[in-house]
Amino acid sequence: MLDRNDPSFWSDLFQTILQGAGETLYTVGFSLLFTVIFGLAAGVVLVTTETGGLLAKPFGSRTLGIVINKLLDLLVNVGRSIPFIILMILLIPFTRMLVGSFIGPTAAIVPLTIAGIPFFARLVEIGIREVPVGLIEAAESLGATRWTILAKVMVAEAVPALALGLSTTIVGLIGYSAMVGAVGGGGLGDVAFRYGYQRYSPEYMFAVVILLIVFVQLFQSLGNFAARRLSHR
Amino acid sequence: MISVDRISKSYGSGENVVHALDNVSLNIAKGEIFGVVGQSGAGKSTLIRTINSLERPDSGTVTVDGQNMNLLQGAQLRSARHNIGMIFQHFNLLSSRTVQSNVELSLEITGMDRGARRKRAAEILDLVGLSGKATAYPAQLSGGQKQRVGIARALASKPSVLLSDEATSALDPETTQQILDLIRQLSRELGLTVLLITHEMDVVKRICDSAAVMSQGRILEQGTVEGLLTTEKSLLGQALFPLGEIPLNGNTIIEITFNGVTTDRPVIAQLARTYNIDVGILGAAIETVHGHQTGRTRLELPGSAETVAAAIADLRGQGLFVEVIGC
Repeated sequence: MLDRNDPSFWSDLFQTILQGAGETLYTVGFSLLFTVIFGLAAGVVLVTTETGGLLAKPFGSRTLGIVINKLLDLLVNVGRSIPFIILMILLIPFTRMLVGSFIGPTAAIVPLTIAGIPFFARLVEIGIREVPVGLIEAAESLGATRWTILAKVMVAEAVPALALGLSTTIVGLIGYSAMVGAVGGGGLGDVAFRYGYQRYSPEYMFAVVILLIVFVQLFQSLGNFAARRLSHR
Repeated sequence: MISVDRISKSYGSGENVVHALDNVSLNIAKGEIFGVVGQSGAGKSTLIRTINSLERPDSGTVTVDGQNMNLLQGAQLRSARHNIGMIFQHFNLLSSRTVQSNVELSLEITGMDRGARRKRAAEILDLVGLSGKATAYPAQLSGGQKQRVGIARALASKPSVLLSDEATSALDPETTQQILDLIRQLSRELGLTVLLITHEMDVVKRICDSAAVMSQGRILEQGTVEGLLTTEKSLLGQALFPLGEIPLNGNTIIEITFNGVTTDRPVIAQLARTYNIDVGILGAAIETVHGHQTGRTRLELPGSAETVAAAIADLRGQGLFVEVIGC
């Protein structure tokens, strides 16, 4: 048990929490980066390889389109159905191969990204699906290439939905990052576990919880604000 | 300019097969405004979408400006589409872009550089009467203004053909007129060939030079609008000038189609005076068909067969189109 009358108690708490928050932001930040890159691509491919989609026939083969679509759909479902705590353990060999270790904030990026991609991919899929088909047709009638339609019509029009999806994903990743922290991933989860749970310090526990609430509020509000600003509907 | 030669297209298979297009042929001259009218489900939409190859016919050929559209692929098809603008019932503007930027999309696609795009977009927005709205977003515009943006976007890359897919169907009557007037004016100024599809007879009457009536994938009649109006049992004529049920009471009933000059003359009064017939007017409809007063009047002509025959011959002699529809 920590002694809260110790003169350095509060400054230690502050230091520890600050470091934990920094690690959390680092882990979440990088996982988010990879999640957005791969999740966006996966979401776009999910929509476009459907029947009648822009990439329904990659290299002229509808069969290939169907295979890609079904496979990706399956992967996304599998990724989303494995509870994160299990996925994390399952990925230990993979993480070690990629980062050299499965402990620490950098190693935590791997399971977070793997969990984040299917989550964000679904949100991207939903967002892009809401873009009216007529807009794609209009761009086709103007003689646009598939790439132009993808980038300038489908993704550009889905941006407000993507901003909301992004903030939802950040919130999810912050939650997962606390779980990674409990098993050696560092960050606020680690602080809560080591100080709040193992050393019975309610101050550390509260500080972590409050900071997490602040983060979630902040990112959700930012996402909502961005979506509102970006939407001209 | 546009030539559609015996195209067919069907969807589904077996018992559920739908013949959206059944051996359809059309010829549209350069600078002409051609209207295709029909109920929804008649195949008009499929027809217009084959012109820019958004859909491919199962058989037959579509030729635009000398190019066989069915054979074009990839870059060639895209470049042919730069020459064919299209406007839509629901405008299909990008909500994330301003008016100016929506118009510029069309030029980004053709690869025009930024400065030239700006200049061209401003020019075309001025032409459609929207120069003050360049920085507005589509959501801030009225339906009519949105369609003006649609027209500007379609015409920005200077196409020679404009396809209009029910472009006025979502607009109120007054706005419809303004948009139709604009299309007609632009067609004249820019030498545009226009193919429009609509379910509103009014549209045909207002701006079309020629028209076709479509039903269940077939073209039932086609020709110049004036020609169709003076064709016996013309569907277009009957739809434009609905005179209701024909009463049969033993007297001769005729329908006269007025066209242009003859509307000014007191034809019926003269008829009654010359032949001493108690002419009864059963129905009449007068419309302005792009600039000309055109109309149809249904008359009852009591009297002996000889008198009536002489009266009809006289009317025809005056250059009027007379149909005997009951006796």
